[in-house]
Amino acid sequence: MVLLKMKFTQQRRVHLAQGLWLLSWLAVMCGAFVFCLGVYLKTELLRREEVMDNTEIHVVPNILMMVGLASVGTNWVASRVCQDSLEGSRFPRWKVLLLAWFVVAALLCCLLIAAVVLSYALQGHLEESLKVGLRNGIRFYKDTDVPGRCFQKETIDRLQMEFRCCGNNNFRDWFEVQWVSNRYLDFTSKEVKDRIRSNVDGRYLLDSVPFSCCNPASPRPCLQNHLTDNSAHYDYEYQSEELNLYNRGCRQALIDYYMGLMNSIGPGVLSVILIQMSVLLSLRYLQTAVEGAMALENPEDDSEGYLLEKGVKETFEEIKANVLSMLKFRQVDPTSTEESPEAANAKKVADNTKEKAGSSTPAS
Amino acid sequence: MPFMPVKFNLPKRVKLAQGLWMLYWFSVIVGILIFSLGIFFKIELRKRSEMMDNNESHLVPNLLILMGMLACGINTFGGKVCHDCLDPIKFTKWKPMLKMYLLLCCGFSMLLLLTALLCILMQFAVYLTLAEGLKNGIKFYKDTDTPGRCFMKRALDLTQIEFRCCGNNNFRDWFEVQWISNRYLDMSNDEVKDRVLSNVEGKYLMDSVPFSCCNPGSSRPCIQHHLTNNSAHYDYDLRTEELNIWMRGCREALFSYYSSMMNSIGALVFATIILELADMAGLKYLSTALETMVDPENPECESKGWLLEKGIKETFTELLAKLKMLGKKTNQVEEGRDATVDTT
Repeated sequence: MVLLKMKFTQQRRVHLAQGLWLLSWLAVMCGAFVFCLGVYLKTELLRREEVMDNTEIHVVPNILMMVGLASVGTNWVASRVCQDSLEGSRFPRWKVLLLAWFVVAALLCCLLIAAVVLSYALQGHLEESLKVGLRNGIRFYKDTDVPGRCFQKETIDRLQMEFRCCGNNNFRDWFEVQWVSNRYLDFTSKEVKDRIRSNVDGRYLLDSVPFSCCNPASPRPCLQNHLTDNSAHYDYEYQSEELNLYNRGCRQALIDYYMGLMNSIGPGVLSVILIQMSVLLSLRYLQTAVEGAMALENPEDDSEGYLLEKGVKETFEEIKANVLSMLKFRQVDPTSTEESPEAANAKKVADNTKEKAGSSTPAS
Repeated sequence: MPFMPVKFNLPKRVKLAQGLWMLYWFSVIVGILIFSLGIFFKIELRKRSEMMDNNESHLVPNLLILMGMLACGINTFGGKVCHDCLDPIKFTKWKPMLKMYLLLCCGFSMLLLLTALLCILMQFAVYLTLAEGLKNGIKFYKDTDTPGRCFMKRALDLTQIEFRCCGNNNFRDWFEVQWISNRYLDMSNDEVKDRVLSNVEGKYLMDSVPFSCCNPGSSRPCIQHHLTNNSAHYDYDLRTEELNIWMRGCREALFSYYSSMMNSIGALVFATIILELADMAGLKYLSTALETMVDPENPECESKGWLLEKGIKETFTELLAKLKMLGKKTNQVEEGRDATVDTT
């Protein structure tokens, strides 16, 4: 019992081939689009790599770039197949390649779905990575004379200004680190000495924040120093003051930004998956219809196109039977026990595809 | 004796028509580009209109938008004429309009020249508007409670951060105005009272700058206050300190931004003028080549094309004579009218 059988006249076959040719070129452009999306996402992640601790999240843009390139090639092959499909002499040379093509196209769709799923699943990892990265950034803010860290200050300042955020969780993170380098502290001053001695680690801690935390939308000129001391400033109460500094932490700001980016990429990738699936299904119909026509006495007659020669369950049973027979065959053969597991797997997959080719092209 | 004559046979005519068709469509794209640049420029002026006191002149972007639309229209018409010209029936439809069309193209090129010159010359106006606008901006920085000016502080802060500049000419402009509102000054404090009294106008002046003047690239946390007092900060010398705050003035920064934009747009408009002239020359050649066909029934015959029917000097004298005739005619009409008025 054939799956989703359809009748194809010569006219319909020609229309299918033409429509599929256009669709596969559209899919080529979609592949290029996915590649560009991957490149864009990767550049955005690389721009802020200084405040990220690890690069686990980079797997998403890497997959997108790889799949984009692969789908450009794959869909170009599909368009060539379409061009040759209506000529009886040129079509048979594609027969062997088509099965591999179907496997590759299905694999690309799966990879794209995996990329979308990963972009949500790795959010926790991204957050961890940012937490550690920002903590280090704030700790090394003052080390503008240490090679390898001398741009940390500028990076953090620009980050806070661009994303309108302050500190890791909030501005109080700045109270816990010494962010003024010892080079700029006057150690003969009593005030400085008192502050350092009052601290266990001998650090110069302040209840102040850098200028990059200042919110330009505040109606009052920015108050950076003595933030917890209400009496240090006229008409100031830090518990009710909301506009003076940025309230958001940079970790939250960056997470929101990257999640927003991936959410907007998501629909684009999903529509590319749909287009790829439709190319796959249409090519299968074209292949079966053209092969059916070529097997007839008069190639211009009506033929049938289908997705699977037998039903889903039966095809599955057939594949399983073939795999088992392969295994049995190997068990009889004593030299097979020396084969490594990877080689055995590869052989199984290769045999699988050969059997599939054998079962789906009975006309050959 | 025609000016710059060229002999044409059928393949040459066909090639000229095809090439000219593509050139016209390229000109349409350039027209669209000028239109979008005009819109972009208008948006950029609107974005920073607070820095220019909201009285910046929108003449140049409006003119660019108009020129872009005209270019699209004129060049589409030209492309259509080229498309039809090799078919003699269709060409006879367009023939009478061609002279008018070429005159229109001439006028359009003049307008483009005017636009390009304005792009270059209006930069002075932008400079003066910026100077005035920034001076007022710094003066009204503290007025965040005055309706109509409450966003000046935010606009000026964001401009200084984005363009990496401080003050109008330089950071000392902030020393001359009171940029902290009286609402946030403790008037009962002795220090505040001293400062206000020491000033003739009763302003609270400081040698400090707002936080938006700070340079993130400085290796030292930003020093905003007591800038001229070297002893107020450890290891600090105003004369040698370059990285602490932005040294450039915002007028300079904004002007160089707008000036580079206007210069590039002006260059593009000049290139468009040359493109239009090439279009006109091509169309003149094509139309004369089609009109002077020796045997109109035989499309394969030879023909001649030129830019001007007579030489430059003769065409010029003819034009002057025509203008004189036109002037005489209007005088005669006026004299006739005066005579009839007199007789009545």
